[in-house]
Amino acid sequence: MTKKPDAVVVAGVGMMPVGEHWDLSLRQLALEAISAARLDSGGLRPQALYVANMLSPALSGQSHLGPLLADFAGMRGVEASTIEASGASGGVAVRQAYLALMSGAIDVALVLGVEKVTDKGSSQVQAALATATDAEYEAVQGVTPSTQAALLMQRYFYEYGPPEDSLAGFSITAHLNAVTNPDAMFRKAIRREQYASAPIVSEPLNTFDVAPLADGAAALVLARAAALPDGQEYPQVEIVGSATATSALALHDRPDPLDLTAAAQSAQTALMQAELSPEDIGLFELHDSFSIFAALSLEAAGFAERGKGWKLAQNGDISLTGHIPIGTFGGSKARGDPGGATGIYQLVEASRQLQGRANENQVPDAATAMTQCLGGSGATASTHILRRVT
Amino acid sequence: METSQHWRLRKQRYALVGEVCPHCESKIFPPRDICPDCGEDAREMYQFSGRGEVYSHTTVYQAPSGHAENVPYPVAIVRLEEGPLVTAQLTDVGDQPIEIGTPVEMVTRKLGADGERGMLVYGYKFRPALVER
Amino acid sequence: MAENKLLVPDREAGIIGYGAYIPRYRLPVKEVARVWADGKGGLPIHEKAVTGLDEDVITMSIEAARNALARSGIDPTEIGAVWVGSESHPYAVKPTSTVVAEAIGATPHVLAADWEFACKAGTEAIQASIGFVGSGMADYALAIGMDTAQGRPGDALEYTAGAGGAAFIIGPAKDAVCVFEGSYSYATDTPDFWRRANAIYPEHGERFTGEPAYFSHTQTAAESLLEALGATASDFRFAVFHQPNTKFPMRVAKSLGFGQDQIEAGLLVPEIGNTYAGSAMIGLTSILDIADPGDRILMVSYGSGAGSDAFSLRATEALPRRRGSAPATLIYVKRRTEIDYATYARLRGKLVLK
Repeated sequence: MTKKPDAVVVAGVGMMPVGEHWDLSLRQLALEAISAARLDSGGLRPQALYVANMLSPALSGQSHLGPLLADFAGMRGVEASTIEASGASGGVAVRQAYLALMSGAIDVALVLGVEKVTDKGSSQVQAALATATDAEYEAVQGVTPSTQAALLMQRYFYEYGPPEDSLAGFSITAHLNAVTNPDAMFRKAIRREQYASAPIVSEPLNTFDVAPLADGAAALVLARAAALPDGQEYPQVEIVGSATATSALALHDRPDPLDLTAAAQSAQTALMQAELSPEDIGLFELHDSFSIFAALSLEAAGFAERGKGWKLAQNGDISLTGHIPIGTFGGSKARGDPGGATGIYQLVEASRQLQGRANENQVPDAATAMTQCLGGSGATASTHILRRVT
Repeated sequence: METSQHWRLRKQRYALVGEVCPHCESKIFPPRDICPDCGEDAREMYQFSGRGEVYSHTTVYQAPSGHAENVPYPVAIVRLEEGPLVTAQLTDVGDQPIEIGTPVEMVTRKLGADGERGMLVYGYKFRPALVER
Repeated sequence: MAENKLLVPDREAGIIGYGAYIPRYRLPVKEVARVWADGKGGLPIHEKAVTGLDEDVITMSIEAARNALARSGIDPTEIGAVWVGSESHPYAVKPTSTVVAEAIGATPHVLAADWEFACKAGTEAIQASIGFVGSGMADYALAIGMDTAQGRPGDALEYTAGAGGAAFIIGPAKDAVCVFEGSYSYATDTPDFWRRANAIYPEHGERFTGEPAYFSHTQTAAESLLEALGATASDFRFAVFHQPNTKFPMRVAKSLGFGQDQIEAGLLVPEIGNTYAGSAMIGLTSILDIADPGDRILMVSYGSGAGSDAFSLRATEALPRRRGSAPATLIYVKRRTEIDYATYARLRGKLVLK
């Protein structure tokens, strides 16, 4: 038992591999992840379900996921609702559950992230993703999240002048970490030359800068420590920092688009709550839907100075044995990008690291972890800090 | 049908009409009625010159539905000479290389159509400045 | 006979501001010949202007109108009418003119309408503007002739159907860069060219489009105007005629007594193609870019179906001062990106995508 009975702890985790699940619908994916997490929690009964999802209304023609998924997961009757914050949906959903648990209103919460994207063609998926940009001033110009990432990357290269392949290290590290993750979408290491010759998606963005969006579902059972049954199999993981912040939705509405202020603000708040500084963080599950966001997130969260985030990808600093490991199971780039479920995958993976059940992907002696997911091009950022309770 | 949604925005879309803050003189685009710089009420219309320079740029090859017939198309963030940034397609680029800092000017072009039979949507894009300034 | 028909308003009117627009893409017409005629046969022009994917009569009209507005120096809210003549309005039903008026800031206290008379829809709008201003109903009217014309693939029209046009703000003579000395209109029912409702491409009468149609109407209109004004070709420094190809305007000019030096400045068809409702009008903008105060200019349009408007203009002292406020027409002519037939087919919507 933790020394703090009102602490919020991770009681169980579960997830589906990210990929093309042709034979599974959104509700089936959700059920698999929920069942796994509940089993892992030792059978705790959630009093509320928080569903993180961004694309279901557009791509599955289904909104109102709360009651649907609660019912199909055998929890008919519980409080349930959807949290939508684009790619940050998962982190924001965890934050809502955390607040409910902290308030004492409930003792056990289930947080699910689910995304089903393969039922629609790529132009429809791109259009659905574009709804997370400013519809009246960005999407109408044919802008998608890839476009925004490319615009940021172009500007980043202009302002800081790093080498042309300076972001390659993020992709290479992600793929390397995924080799030993049996649930990863791409379990193949890539070489620097492959990055350099990869097809262009949107100059200067190439295919290795872009995470593959696919189907996925992951779930967390969160509980007040006092509600945990005795005799837990794994070390307890406590949420010691939780913060969400926002910035202007449109890139052009930010005074300095390369400054992810929401990411910086939520990281600072979460660190302050945890009474930690970036040097204390053992691993960082960041949002690498595009490689430029890995660099910008490292800078925003305080692991690198402005314009120097890319340097951490040069010399192994971000590898499993480096001083700030990121994307330890392959990240969105190689594990696969589950859209609005990303934040849940991050917490599931970080928990496994802190519990010592990361197998070949284990970060040695990991005691604290930071997770951060971004919505849109960083308009929403949700940061969590987890600590192993010893 | 998105007819009314487009109609409502015609002034800013066709001609880059924004706002000027009566308190701090900030020029505002897109219009938002609250000055992003000083937080005061700002509803005075302001006609932007349309001149600016490229702040960042890229090209879209995989377009969302509704834009697929126009690929590849360049997109930029433009720094307007009055200050604000604006996201827009570039057009009439020709053989000129687009770089950060390239002077551009606003033109009103077709942004798309609301389906096969729906209304045509017109709005601002930017092109390399026709005449050097 | 002609004296009675000379059109002169009560209040003298003139052009307050003028503006041109030509899209940047150019199809050398030898490309049409390559695809449809094994590269053989004569070429009526050198190349033609083609719209980009995001351009149409509305967007081109807006830019020409902005250029005219810049040269006029007036506030757009002073404009009493926005009239756009074209045979390629983007909508079959819904005005081009309201979009143009909105974009240039002339709304909402304004008369707006679209004009249709094949290639003379634009000069019809000028005639109406002269009357509107000349009667004192309004101080300023905007008249636009603009087209991105259709031609069936492989048809003779495809060799010449270009894109572009011009906008004129008509106002009281005292503020004008050139004044209208008088105008003349001539029309008969002569079916030389038409496009039926809902048809994509027009039909034409081949050789019938020449003598009984183009030549008869342009010549009669021009002669009647000159006679009414008591003028001859030698009184004019410049003349510009509707330009369906290079030969027709040169031939009518010659038969009226104009020399090559008088028509050269306005003869843009070899480089941009036939811009239909914009054809004579954009030629006039090119002339106004170089004319000196006092120069007299003859403009004669032609619209199939058929009719012709003829105008006599005289440049004023204000012209050299104001022409620099917008890009010269030649800047648009010289701005070019050459395309092949495949790109042309894509830009003009001739590829089946659905």
